[in-house]
Amino acid sequence: MSNIKKAFENGKAFIPFITCGDPDLETTAAVVRAAVKNGADLIELGIPFSDPTAEGPVIQAANIRALSGGVKTDKVFDLVRELRIDVEVPMVFMTYANVVFSYGSEKFISTCAEIGIDGLILPDIPYEEKDEFLPICRKYDVDLISLIAPTSENRIGMIAKEAEGFIYIVSSLGVTGMRNEINTDLESIVSNIRENTDVPCAIGFGISTPEQAKKMSDLSDGVIVGSAIVKLLAEYGKDAPNYVGAYVRKMKDAIR
Amino acid sequence: MSNTEGRFGVHGGQYIPETLMNAVNELEQAYNYYKNDPEFNRELSELFNNYAGRPSRLYYAEKMTKDLGGAKIYLKREDLNHTGAHKINNVLGQALLAKKMGKTRLIAETGAGQHGVATATAAALMGMECVVFMGEEDTIRQALNVYRMRLLGAEVVPVKSGTKTLKDAVSEAMREWTTRISDTHYCLGSVMGPHPFPTIVRDFQAVISKETKEQMLEKEGRLPDAVIACVGGGSNAIGSFYNFIEDKDVRLIGCEAAGRGIDTFETAATISTGRLGIFHGMKSYFCQDKDGQIAPVYSISAGLDYPGVGPEHAYLHDIGRGEYVAITDEEAVNAFEYLSKTEGIIPAIESSHALAYAMKIAPDMDKDKIIVVTVSGRGDKDVAAIARYRGEDIYE
Repeated sequence: MSNIKKAFENGKAFIPFITCGDPDLETTAAVVRAAVKNGADLIELGIPFSDPTAEGPVIQAANIRALSGGVKTDKVFDLVRELRIDVEVPMVFMTYANVVFSYGSEKFISTCAEIGIDGLILPDIPYEEKDEFLPICRKYDVDLISLIAPTSENRIGMIAKEAEGFIYIVSSLGVTGMRNEINTDLESIVSNIRENTDVPCAIGFGISTPEQAKKMSDLSDGVIVGSAIVKLLAEYGKDAPNYVGAYVRKMKDAIR
Repeated sequence: MSNTEGRFGVHGGQYIPETLMNAVNELEQAYNYYKNDPEFNRELSELFNNYAGRPSRLYYAEKMTKDLGGAKIYLKREDLNHTGAHKINNVLGQALLAKKMGKTRLIAETGAGQHGVATATAAALMGMECVVFMGEEDTIRQALNVYRMRLLGAEVVPVKSGTKTLKDAVSEAMREWTTRISDTHYCLGSVMGPHPFPTIVRDFQAVISKETKEQMLEKEGRLPDAVIACVGGGSNAIGSFYNFIEDKDVRLIGCEAAGRGIDTFETAATISTGRLGIFHGMKSYFCQDKDGQIAPVYSISAGLDYPGVGPEHAYLHDIGRGEYVAITDEEAVNAFEYLSKTEGIIPAIESSHALAYAMKIAPDMDKDKIIVVTVSGRGDKDVAAIARYRGEDIYE
């Protein structure tokens, strides 16, 4: 068990997602610090990928901005080293399998451990393929986060029993992005998870307003917000840290 | 090593979002049931024979053989199928399967538009809704195929993300599938993507080599010395190879698109220039940079313009059973013109890559050797583009 449990010790957890290098790594560092200062409990750092198949248009565009700004995996590692000077909350990477695999899985995951990354979220690694990375993650004590989707149904028990760190519940069908309504029966998904594990679970995909966050956090242990934050970066660029800080404050206050 | 089904050596697997796992599991179960169901097979044969025009001809290209002065060359005429390419074999199989599964809507990706047209055709025939994702670049390059799909009743969605070509169309179709699963089947067009697609598509395309083998035994009383086919994702190639894999004396040769050359960045020759990676649901070889970012690829042929290759080809390469060679734009265009003039057959620019390699090796082979080249599609769709390549100012 890594550091991640600490994120769930201050009431319901608020987990912001930030694409590294959008629009540049200095801004990413400032945004992370602003989010932490305003109550973020765990930071999900996206390493950009050329073809992010689980993302909606907002985060796709952030990936393109970051890659065209010249972000490389090694530079993201340097960013985390620099952040760890003063940032103490747990941090996880969200990226795609090929970014890890192509870097050399062992080299990537051992570097995560060395620089203070607590977990990995890989949306293109389902339960059936987790052995690709799990033995190495275990060796270096980095949690491989499991995802559970509205279509998981009979798979929930199997996934939950082996989950580590926290469980990422995908709120809706489809890709990331803001939604007006979330219609999935999340209550029964969460109760199914609870029957199988004590690992905390957080809900993501489609959450942008304090009201939605409150509703989702009442059902679970925390909420993950990506596109709404990435949208602030798209809009304000280098000036985004203050806006993200204020937004995180508002969201954390809503779920406390 | 991962423990999933659907591995070809280290390649293959199911690297997809959790949201899709039950959908691919359901597909696998349905396929395993129907592939042995006599009624399903009877209906599929009926469609192959009476709708698509199978079996396709195995044609002895006598003039080409004499002109090249070496091995005897046969052409497997997939270009004569309904809709003009091998794509219809896979699409009829998957559409019938989807229908049996109770799905009412087909989605598909397309590059040049051949797979999109085939899917729209099957959807029209079976009364299903159809949405085709096509890179915006390709909708401009292949405007006529866009109209063709619409004529057949399909909706065509131009994909504006990434490089706006085939790989982005695949990504967008996958995204769409995660949004709407219960009534929708993703009719993937090549032997790629997550298990069970590489196996399903191969099995439906294997009719090519099944026929070739029978026809060859009938005409020559023996097996060919080499089978040559072009490889993008690799569906016509695996279909052409499959029933010969156990016949170790038959060389299996896949021709990738080198574009402007494998020593340039403007290439789509995955096995020649790529390395092992994980993308679009599978582990295989991909054109990518040092950080694992998928590379933009280039070929004059929109149908071979894909940065990956099907996992079974990656495996045949690894074990040395398949030979994979790279053919440049220029070589393919020469073969396109050569076959048109020599045999009166205008081949697809994709298939011209395979013909180009046959032209390279046939002259040095003995006259009692036999080569089969799969002409995967007809070249009508390419005429304007080739004319422009040769400096003519012609648009469709």
